[in-house]
Amino acid sequence: MRKAAVAPAKQQEGQSVIGPHTAALLRELVSHLRENRTQLRQEWARRITEARLLTAMSTEEIFAEATSVYDNYVEALETGTFEALQAYARNLSERIIPRGVETHEVVGIVLLLRDVLARSLFAKYQHDFALLNRILDAYEPAANRIATTVAVGFVQERERTIREQQEAIRELSTPVLQVRDRLLILPIIGVIDPQRARQLTEQLLRGIRANRAKVVVIDITGVAAMDSNVANHLVQTVEASRLLGATSIVTGLSPEIAQTLVNIGVDLSKMTTVGDLQGGIEQAERLLGYKVAIAAPATQDE
Amino acid sequence: MEVPILKQGPYLIASIQSALNDADLRFLRDNLVERVGKMRARGVIVDVTALDVMDSYASRTLRDIAHMTRLRGAETVIVGIQPEVAFAMVQLGLTLEGVATALDLEEGLEFLTRKARAAARETAERAS
Repeated sequence: MRKAAVAPAKQQEGQSVIGPHTAALLRELVSHLRENRTQLRQEWARRITEARLLTAMSTEEIFAEATSVYDNYVEALETGTFEALQAYARNLSERIIPRGVETHEVVGIVLLLRDVLARSLFAKYQHDFALLNRILDAYEPAANRIATTVAVGFVQERERTIREQQEAIRELSTPVLQVRDRLLILPIIGVIDPQRARQLTEQLLRGIRANRAKVVVIDITGVAAMDSNVANHLVQTVEASRLLGATSIVTGLSPEIAQTLVNIGVDLSKMTTVGDLQGGIEQAERLLGYKVAIAAPATQDE
Repeated sequence: MEVPILKQGPYLIASIQSALNDADLRFLRDNLVERVGKMRARGVIVDVTALDVMDSYASRTLRDIAHMTRLRGAETVIVGIQPEVAFAMVQLGLTLEGVATALDLEEGLEFLTRKARAAARETAERAS
């Protein structure tokens, strides 16, 4: 009875704090991994290729990365600190994200390494089941933490990349240009999300105010797709400019967008649309009372 | 807070100076609709440059003013809506449908003049 009560408590202690006992086991483990470095590393690289992970990289690259991951892994097991591994994971992610490596691949290779190492431990300690158990008790939590560290590092790095790209897109964002006195054009290129739509509208309204514009040509040739949300943003932009006394002309609706808009039944009756930017500008000039004429007929000799 | 209404040629100019409550708005509406007849005005300009908030009641009252004065023979134009106000109004679905808008007082006057000229031309054509 007493023995049964003590055993779980002892186990818990071993899991939560790395005691001197666990430290000794980890040391033994690390020396085993160091001894069999070449063989385990090759086995791991083979398993990665076999599982068709990291297909964006060549076999040599996989082996080179495998070597450094392996060494970092063993070091993290030995020292019990994860800073170096974290830094390495970030660095690795930075290199492999542009090449299109997916999250599941990174998690996959770390779990494969964990599996390869566990199997070698099984093979080594199969004669002494109790020792194997204790070794695994020491190995598993550390290995899990390493896997988590690498995966989280990768995801964080990826999110950082995405954030940076979003900011870059926002900075490239749409200019409001004056073509003639009281005539502005707003060329929209790329995806319109709610945030960008808001920014666009605010910029346009400020532009109308600053340039005392009467007509605005909104060119959406560069907008690839449109759904009801985007269409509503556009309608809102047009209506807001009208409240400031400016007439809007929307140009450059592609056949696909025209079809989509009709199919989803967006009410565009409040919008003036003209086929292309040139037509839009001509229409705007008419509204403003401009007459564009060629100054002299072009000479044919030259 | 009463809104001063100025007469400028054939036009009335109501320049809102500060935020108005519902009673003020109703007073402005009644006042304008009455004066359009009394002063034989052809146009009304409501200047909202000083407003940084426009709620649904205010926007409905402005629309009512436009429709009512039209029935009394005067065209109304709302001028000076701030960009931020315009954006907020559109998001709330307050788009002042059927009401003329212009950037500022100057534009509003020009709009009314043009409108009057077009009306005169149309009448002349019909007569000939």
